[in-house]
Formats: sequence, C-alpha cells, structure tokens
Amino acid sequence: MSILDQFKQTYITECFELLADMESLLLNLDCDAADNEQLNAIFRAAHSIKGGSGSFGLDYITDFTHILETLLDAMREGKLRPTREAVDMLLKSVDVVSQMVTAAKDGITPPQTLGKELRKQLEQFVGQSTAEISPHQEESQPQEVMATYDINFIPHENLPSTGNEPLLILSELAGLGESKITADISRIPTFAELNPTACYITWQIELKTAKTLHAIEEVFEFVSDYCDLKISQRQNIQENIATPNNPQLAEEISPKESNRNNAIATSIRVDLEKVDKLVNMVGELVITEAMLKAQTRHLADEQFQGLIRGIDELSQHTRELQEAVMSVRMQPVKSIFSRMPRIVRDVSAQLGKDIRLVTLGENTEVDKNVIEQLGDPLTHMIRNSVDHGIETPQQRSIAGKNPQGVIYLSAQHRGGRIVIEIRDDGAGINRSKVVAKAKEKGLIAKDAILSEEESDQLIFAAGLSTAETISNISGRGVGMDVVKRNIEALGGTITVKSELGKGSLFTVSLPLTLAILDGMIVRVGSENYIIPITAIIETLRPQAQDFHRVEGHNDVIEVRGEFIPVIYLGDVFRVANCEHQAGKTLVVLVESGHNKMGLAVDELIGQQQVVIKSLEANSDPVKGISGATILGDGRVSLILEIGDLAFMQPGKTNFIVKAA
Amino acid sequence: MGKKILAVDDSRTMREMVAFTLKDAGYEVIEAEDGKNALTVLNGVKVDAIITDLNMPNMNGFDLIRALRGNATYKFTPILMLTTEGDGSKKEEGKAAGATGWIVKPFNPEKLVEVVKKVCPLGAAA
Amino acid sequence: MSDIFDQTRESKEEILGKGSARQFLTFTIGQEEYGVDIMTVREIKGWSETTRLPNTPDFMRGVINLRGLIIPIFDLRARFHLGLTEADAKNVVIILAVDNRTIGILVDTVSDILDTNEEQIKAAPASQTHAKDQCVDGLISNHDRMVVLLCVNKLFDTELLKKLENFSGDKTQA
Repeated sequence: MSILDQFKQTYITECFELLADMESLLLNLDCDAADNEQLNAIFRAAHSIKGGSGSFGLDYITDFTHILETLLDAMREGKLRPTREAVDMLLKSVDVVSQMVTAAKDGITPPQTLGKELRKQLEQFVGQSTAEISPHQEESQPQEVMATYDINFIPHENLPSTGNEPLLILSELAGLGESKITADISRIPTFAELNPTACYITWQIELKTAKTLHAIEEVFEFVSDYCDLKISQRQNIQENIATPNNPQLAEEISPKESNRNNAIATSIRVDLEKVDKLVNMVGELVITEAMLKAQTRHLADEQFQGLIRGIDELSQHTRELQEAVMSVRMQPVKSIFSRMPRIVRDVSAQLGKDIRLVTLGENTEVDKNVIEQLGDPLTHMIRNSVDHGIETPQQRSIAGKNPQGVIYLSAQHRGGRIVIEIRDDGAGINRSKVVAKAKEKGLIAKDAILSEEESDQLIFAAGLSTAETISNISGRGVGMDVVKRNIEALGGTITVKSELGKGSLFTVSLPLTLAILDGMIVRVGSENYIIPITAIIETLRPQAQDFHRVEGHNDVIEVRGEFIPVIYLGDVFRVANCEHQAGKTLVVLVESGHNKMGLAVDELIGQQQVVIKSLEANSDPVKGISGATILGDGRVSLILEIGDLAFMQPGKTNFIVKAA
Repeated sequence: MGKKILAVDDSRTMREMVAFTLKDAGYEVIEAEDGKNALTVLNGVKVDAIITDLNMPNMNGFDLIRALRGNATYKFTPILMLTTEGDGSKKEEGKAAGATGWIVKPFNPEKLVEVVKKVCPLGAAA
Repeated sequence: MSDIFDQTRESKEEILGKGSARQFLTFTIGQEEYGVDIMTVREIKGWSETTRLPNTPDFMRGVINLRGLIIPIFDLRARFHLGLTEADAKNVVIILAVDNRTIGILVDTVSDILDTNEEQIKAAPASQTHAKDQCVDGLISNHDRMVVLLCVNKLFDTELLKKLENFSGDKTQA
C-alpha cells in the first residue's frame, strides 16, 4: 500500500465532479459549432481521471479512459468532428466511467464486460484498432558488474536556460560510484564577452561503477538535448552512445484567450458530520434558551430588569445563530436539477419525442436533507411529464402546437417555504379518463361527482394508471402516489393543476429545513402534545349540539357544510383525567393529505418553535407520534403524527391508569 | 536550507498527492490550480522549483513555462513537467518551452522525490 | 458517576485478567436481587417524571430527557408482572446500553458491584415463570443471597414479548 492511498477518496470525489462536468459540457455541446474551449475542458476532465487512476492501480479505469482521451484529443485538435452520434457515445462513456469509479469507491473490481462493447465502438470511431499504449522501454537489467567509463560531458552554452545545473548533474554522477572529474575551462571567453548565465565549462569524468550504462545515461536525461555526451566503457569494447536526436517541435502555440471568468468562490470542504453536530448543538442551545426564558416569566420585572433584558438579547442572538447555522446546511437545488436535462434527453429520445427542458432558480437553496430526498420524486415527475404529459411531435402538430414540447422546472422561496414547479405544455390530464379508471378500480364510488381539482388529485391515488400501454419509463400509475408520500414525508405538499390540451402544472411545497418545527402545544388531560402548525386549519369551540354521533364510527361535527370526524386524543392515547364530554373540549381542525379531522383537546397552551428530537434512536416507533421535543421546563413533549391519527381507533379495552 | 516548491495542476487529487509526497520528503509546498493562478501565487512568494501539469484551463503548462522563463526571477529556476506516459510530443514541446525535466504520471512517490532532489536538492545553496 | 464504572472495568481487567471474569451491578426489586453485566451500565440516576408514550405496554413508563437524548424507561417490576412500581425520589433508574440503543430501567435500589467469574454462574432452574425465564442468564449466590442475572438484550425485545405473551400489542393497526 502506497502512502498515497489516503488520497484515493479525494480522487474518487474529484472523479465524480469531473464526470458531472463532462456530462454537462457534452449536453451543451453544439455539434455544428463546437466550442473548442469546451472540447478542451472535456478532454482535460478525461485526462485528469485517467492520470489519477494510475496512481491507485485502477487499471480498468486507465484502459477505458485512455481511448476516451484519444478520441477527445482528436476532437479538440479538429481531427474529428463531434457528431451527435459521437456525443451520445461519449455520454454513454461517462456513465461507464461513473460505474467504474463507483466500483473503485466500493473497493470491488467491476466485471470485465463493463464498457467492452462501447470501447470497441469508440476505437472504431477513432479509427484505431485495439492498440496497446506503447509500453515503457523496459530495459532488461544486465548484471551489475564493476566497469570504468569515460564520460565526456560538453554542455551547450544555453544549458542553464533549462533550469538545469551542471553541478547537480555532476554530483549525481559522482554518486554512482568512484569518480574523477576534470574540468576544461578552455571555452571560457574574456570577461567582456562573458555571459554570466551561460555554461562554458566542459567536463571529463572517469567513473568506476557497478551501475548500468542506462543508469549513467539517466543522469543526463533532462539535458540530453542541451549537451554533447560521450560515454565509453573501458575494457569490453562498447559502442559509444550518442545522444538520441529528438527533433524539436517549433510549433507556434497561440495562447488561448479564455473568456471564462475565474469565478471560483472561496470555499472550504467540511465533513457533513461536523455540520450536523453543529446543528444539533445549536438546537440544544435553542432549548436551553427557551428554558431560561420560561424561568424569567415568573420573575418580577423591576427586580430583575437586567436579567430579563439579557435573556431577551440572548433569545435574539440564539435565533440569529440558528438561522445562520441552518443556512450552512442549505445547498442550491442545482445538484438535483442538473440531472434532469440528461433524463429528458434520454427518455424523449427513447420515445421519439422532441422536448426542451428549461430550468429556473437553480440557485435556490434548501436544506441538504431535503435535497437528498427530493431527487427521486422530482425525477419521477419529470419522466412522467415526458412520458405521459407531452405528446409526440405528430400529435402536437395536428393540435396546432409547436412539435417541440417544453417542460419548465423552477424553484423559488415563497412564504418561508421552497416551491418547486414542474410545468409542461403537453396534453394535460384527461379527467374523464382518470375518473372512469378510478371508478373502475373502486377507488371512488360509482356515482361520485367530483370537482375538477378533485379529479386531478386522483392521479395521486395508488394503483391508477391510465396510460394505454404501461411504459417501462415511468411504469404504472403507482408512481405518483409514492411521489406524494415521499413529499409528505418531508413535510411538504404536492398539488396539480391541469388543462386538457394545454398542459399540467405540478406544485411541490417544502419546508426549508427539517429539524425545527412550528408547533402548537395542546393539553390533553395532564399530558402536553405538539401539533405541527402546518397541519392546523383552524381551532373551534363547538357546542355539544354540534357533535353528531355516528354508530360504529367516530363522532362528527359539521363545519361549513362538511362533516368532519372527531378524534378524542385522550381516548386514542389513553390519557387519564382528560375531558370526554362533547362540548367541553376544544377541537383543532387538522389536515393530512386529504384527510381532515378534528382533534379534541382540553386546552391550547401556546405556539412555539421546537427542535425535533428523534424517538426512534432508542425506542420503537409509536403510532400517532412522529417525534419528541424538549420543552422549556425540560420535560419531553411528544409531536403528533397527524397522518396516523386518522386511522387510529380509540382503545376499546380498559384504560391504563397512568402512573404518577 | 529549506526549499519551497510550487505544484501546479488542475486536478485536486494530483496536487494533494504531489504536495504530500514532497512535504513528507522535507520540502515546503504551495499549490496553484492552473498557469494563471500560478503566476498570481508567485507574485510576492519566491519558490525554488516548480512542478506543473501540462493540460490545464486558463493557462496551460507550456504557456506557464514560457512565461516563467521570460521572467528574470524564474529564468533559471528548475521547472518539472508532469507528463503522461507515451506522450513524446508533449514532452518535446515542454522542453522547447524551457522545462528542466519531467516526471511521468502516474508517478511513483519515491521517483518523484528522486527527480525533485535531482534538480532541487534540499540543503544545497540556492 | 460513570467514571466509577470505567475505572472498575479497567481494574477488573487488570486484576482478574480477561477471560472468565465477570462483573455485575446488582439491584433490588422488592425482596429479589438482580444483576446486569457492568459492561452494559452507562449511568445511574434518580427517578424523574417520564412522558408517557401512548398505547405502549404498562411496563413502558415513558421517555425522559437525558441531557438532550430521549430515553425510554422500563419498569422492571411491571415487566415481571409484579405490579407497577410506585416510584418516588428514592427509586433508581439504571441507564443501560443495549445493542445500539440507550434505555433505562426503573428499580428499587442499587446494591453492589459483584466480582465473579463464569464458573460461579449457575444455570437458572426451569421452574421460574415464563416471562422471566427468557431473560435470565444465570444465577449466582452472593453471601447467602441468590442474585438473578439478567440478559438486558432480551428484557425488552418487543418481538420476543409478542411471542411470549398474547399481549395486545396496542401498536394500533391502521
């Protein structure tokens, strides 16, 4: 294991970055008017990947990227044109290399077949047969035998201009064995003519060494063009080795004017673990600060003026710190948006459609966690748009539309959340078809009458797919309901608006961060629970007569014409000492997805921003509870999982008296 | 006497490996990511040798070498190129530009130190 | 408090050498004495109010805030079907590391640290009640008392519990 193995991870990370660059550049390459700078950049990326692979013994990467480099080199020199076919091959190559790098990352060797076919194609394109890289001249090492050499070292006057130093060369030579060095100063001109930077001295060296001739020649390796060298071995008549004559290239290389702004923002790389730790610590700080604040509420103003003011300031600073730290975890959505052009290109090509993707707001920032979880749902929706949304060019022409379809993908901050929109100018959702299918599958009643919005929302139902042929692109309709669930798991919402023939608009709204929650603290019996504010529609204080008993089901109350089931938290959670009587409880109207329900509680304590703590680290998951937090009094308070509550039956068995 | 080396390469991995290897051998190392950056870095900092890649954005290795050779301070400073195996023409071009010597990529850490010591030994008078 | 355990662990290894040596923290529940492997003990603290988790078995007393970490507390007496502990400030909670979780068990008092070795541990007779059976590692006599050594991993394994008792789970099905 070489000392350089510690850099393997850096290399792998760098490879992924370079591959992403390559892909992006290839996608943006205009085949007819290829930008040479871009071709150069693509070449350099492949070159760097290849260069590093050798250091870590990743031969499979070296071999594959070699042909890639050859092809790209030919392109940047203008010897080969970057046709669409070539670009496709190169894109596929990027995928192959990516797989290889992943294998390297996991420490496994990929199968021999990886990239084999593609490599042949690349070689064909370049017009090369499977030629190997000319191997390094591996001289067979002759036996080390003591011999004496006479070496005549006559540097050209301009040898120093290469930065080489005769003294160092002679020292190295002397280090090979026993030497006798004689300097010849006959070339030195008069003082007036002397050029202090030129080398006038020449040397004769007698060297007794067991090293090979090759070793001696190596000493002069760098200056072979700048000196006359004669090495002859005494005894065993050996041919004098003349210096290899390398033709010098007098090619004019015009400095390329690069317009690229060296806009490399100063940044540092930080371990995600460190950031998470920081976020946690700040979270704890927020809790402690809340505790302190709670304590000051009981203090007399006049007496403790200073303290109260101090804690108020502390609150302010803590909030600022919290925002700042949260922003550290924020990253631009660019990282997921950048995947999309490729997907659109590949899928539309597969389906014979012509589609353009426009992205907006790539620099909008979101918490890193959210970004990671957003990738899959977004990908699915884009694929869906390409597959089911946008029509074929023929269909579009017939409809009087531009044969090229457009998909807009945008992200923006709106009202403390991040809103992502996917809009296409395709066929829109065929409502009647969707409703018919839903009725057929029994998802809704046969005689149900739905509004336009409700019909559209049906596409999020499980088991629905109205595609004539279930393509293996976005698969069955089961996709959209999974997307919805994923988005909701992040605390977000997704809605759709569509117009037949014109297109569809999907709107995803997500919270900016995951770890902090705006909660409403409610009291049920002697327990406090927290309801996420985002789930709350309103709070009601219904009278006893507003409650209707429904046999075998929950009580319901009527709110503006809607009948909403009431869930007695006290019953569901089996809390002792809670209020059961209808009319004496408060009802908090909440919503999860499309389930509306009223939660019967005893009292509203207040609104508070809380830090979400995981229960699951140490306990088994509990239905109805999504997490916990620590309130100002240091006690643990549970955060409700509204989605679960809709399905929880109040316990019919005996109550458990809560231990004191 | 300590010697300072400038390592120029657009590949972060390569830069870090070169820097690590040479620091381990007793040299001081500073880094730059392309020719242009290198010239900026050298403004105000004197180095005893330079190791540079050839393929870089903004200003490649050849242009860097030529620029350095045209500068009074660096006219005779040892400049080593990082070349790829089998790339004879690039090596020639580099030599024509004024490079002192070369190291082949992928480099063997011991060989790198050996070559650097060849043209810029530690402890020798500047 | 935890330093004592670290020190004890270290000195135990030094003095007795690794291998068959075992060390247990012993505690009482009513008249009975129990022990847990000291390697699993993280901390000992007094009883404090827990926040009950809904629809959990009664031996699951709830969770507490331990310096920012949310930890479940189990009532060992209730676990052994001997009734719910009427906990007050005199009761003790032993914080244990089990698999990669941290949990707490509510007991009456903590007795001692018992140094022994494998040979001294006797297998438990099969006449004990079913529930206890599954989590008993063995028995050992300490002076004239019998100490029941518990296997912490098995104590609150919910899968196991479901198998043993026809306990209504109460993790309400959707």
